[in-house]
Amino acid sequence: MTHSSLPLNWRKYPERYLLRGNYCENCRTAFFPARVVCPNCRRKALLKEKEMPRTGRIISFTEVFVGPMGFEHETPYFLAIIELENKARILSQIVDSKKEAIKIGTKVKKVFRKISDIDKEGAIAYGYKFKVVG
Amino acid sequence: MRSVSIIGVGCTKFGEHWDKSFRELIAEAGMKAIEDSGIEGKDIQAIYGGTMASGRFIGQEHIGALIADQLGLTPIPATRVEAACASGGVALRTAYLAIKSGEYNIVAVGGIEKMTEVAIEEASFALGGAGDQETELFHGATFPALYALLARVHMKEFGTTEEQMALCSVQAHRNGMNNPNAQFHREISVEDVMNSGYISSPLKLLDCSPITDGAAALILCESKKAKKISDKAVEIVASAQASDSLGLTGRKSLLELAATRIAAKEAYKQAGISAKDVDFAEVHDCFSIAEILAIEDLGFFKKGEGGKAVEKGKIQLNAEVSVNPSGGLKMGHPVGATGIKQAAEAFEQLNGLAGKRQVKKAEIGLTHNVGGSGATCVVHLYKRL
Repeated sequence: MTHSSLPLNWRKYPERYLLRGNYCENCRTAFFPARVVCPNCRRKALLKEKEMPRTGRIISFTEVFVGPMGFEHETPYFLAIIELENKARILSQIVDSKKEAIKIGTKVKKVFRKISDIDKEGAIAYGYKFKVVG
Repeated sequence: MRSVSIIGVGCTKFGEHWDKSFRELIAEAGMKAIEDSGIEGKDIQAIYGGTMASGRFIGQEHIGALIADQLGLTPIPATRVEAACASGGVALRTAYLAIKSGEYNIVAVGGIEKMTEVAIEEASFALGGAGDQETELFHGATFPALYALLARVHMKEFGTTEEQMALCSVQAHRNGMNNPNAQFHREISVEDVMNSGYISSPLKLLDCSPITDGAAALILCESKKAKKISDKAVEIVASAQASDSLGLTGRKSLLELAATRIAAKEAYKQAGISAKDVDFAEVHDCFSIAEILAIEDLGFFKKGEGGKAVEKGKIQLNAEVSVNPSGGLKMGHPVGATGIKQAAEAFEQLNGLAGKRQVKKAEIGLTHNVGGSGATCVVHLYKRL
């Protein structure tokens, strides 16, 4: 599986474990994942590593009943687009939450979870999921 | 200024071709197009072939050479074009530009996908590659899930309903009844869609396009030459393409596919027309919400009014604008072939050859092909030469 190969997992630790992205000090925009080029400022950009806030609000959500390879046994599960407090957006699963509470506008916070363990090389991919606050 | 026309089209039936291989399908579509155009194979100067994920579906890459080989057209240049589900439309545009530039006069362009050789989870994973592998697919997103996320914000903002989306599928199936190449020939009701079970809420099974095998091909020709060769030539009067962020989290707005809006605006400018002048459109309705977004972003209806337009019957055959007279992607979506099949439908409509699904007074046609969740969009406009 290309999406959870050993080098990829290793490379992604800061992003997936710490929500590390970056921030352009020129246009004051946060990026997650980190970008090599700031699309607003391009060569004038001042990009600095930055950990994202751990809370945000649901912008949109869906309950997935048919999952892709590696997620067949996880269904049904919730996916959401979340806007973090610094306006960066993130797509993540919503877990450990009451179904009725998962709505547009609901406040959520980051939790650390196993994402998948389908890698033939035996690597288990961990990373962020989110849960409803309160 | 050189102009480019279509002089022949060929499509296989769309469906589950367990008895036919990838190479047989593309050869069948290619030969049909050559025969339809009236030219000889030796007249073709180059080939462009669109396919999205042949490597994942059948373990075969190097599709350009495969097509030239199978059609007996070596040693002409043959190039694969990939832009996810817009591979066909971008292959068409690439071939169009090759003639427009003056490099060639006659070019063959094909599109193909053979999707039923793998299990559904594997197909779903392969298609997921059209989105952002690292930030979407890794977290369990599927294509229905990405479009479901778009549907949810449209519903919240504009009051679009699941019933309005269901009507898109009902209409697609009705139009598909008159398309001999359609994967399904069965009328469905709103209730059928509503009861078909969630794939990714709010999208249900019958809101989604199917997994399909199929191929389509076109012969393009420089227009002056086309006039001499063919009495069916259809001119491509505009060709426009735009890109956007690969994943949904990079979008400025989730209420539109900006790449569609931008490509459409450019296409109307090239042709010197407006959305109102379009008689029929083959739009990329991979999911019901995609059709509602398309008819808004292409400028047929105001932003937010797509759902109501569907409900009022404004996009039915011979209504305000005939959308997807072929039945669209719900009648088969072999991803790489779709953009080419749309152009073939435009050719048949403009030549009055579409039988029971014929649009009355079809003078200007539009095709709209989307890659991924809107990261690529290609719009073409057509008129009789």
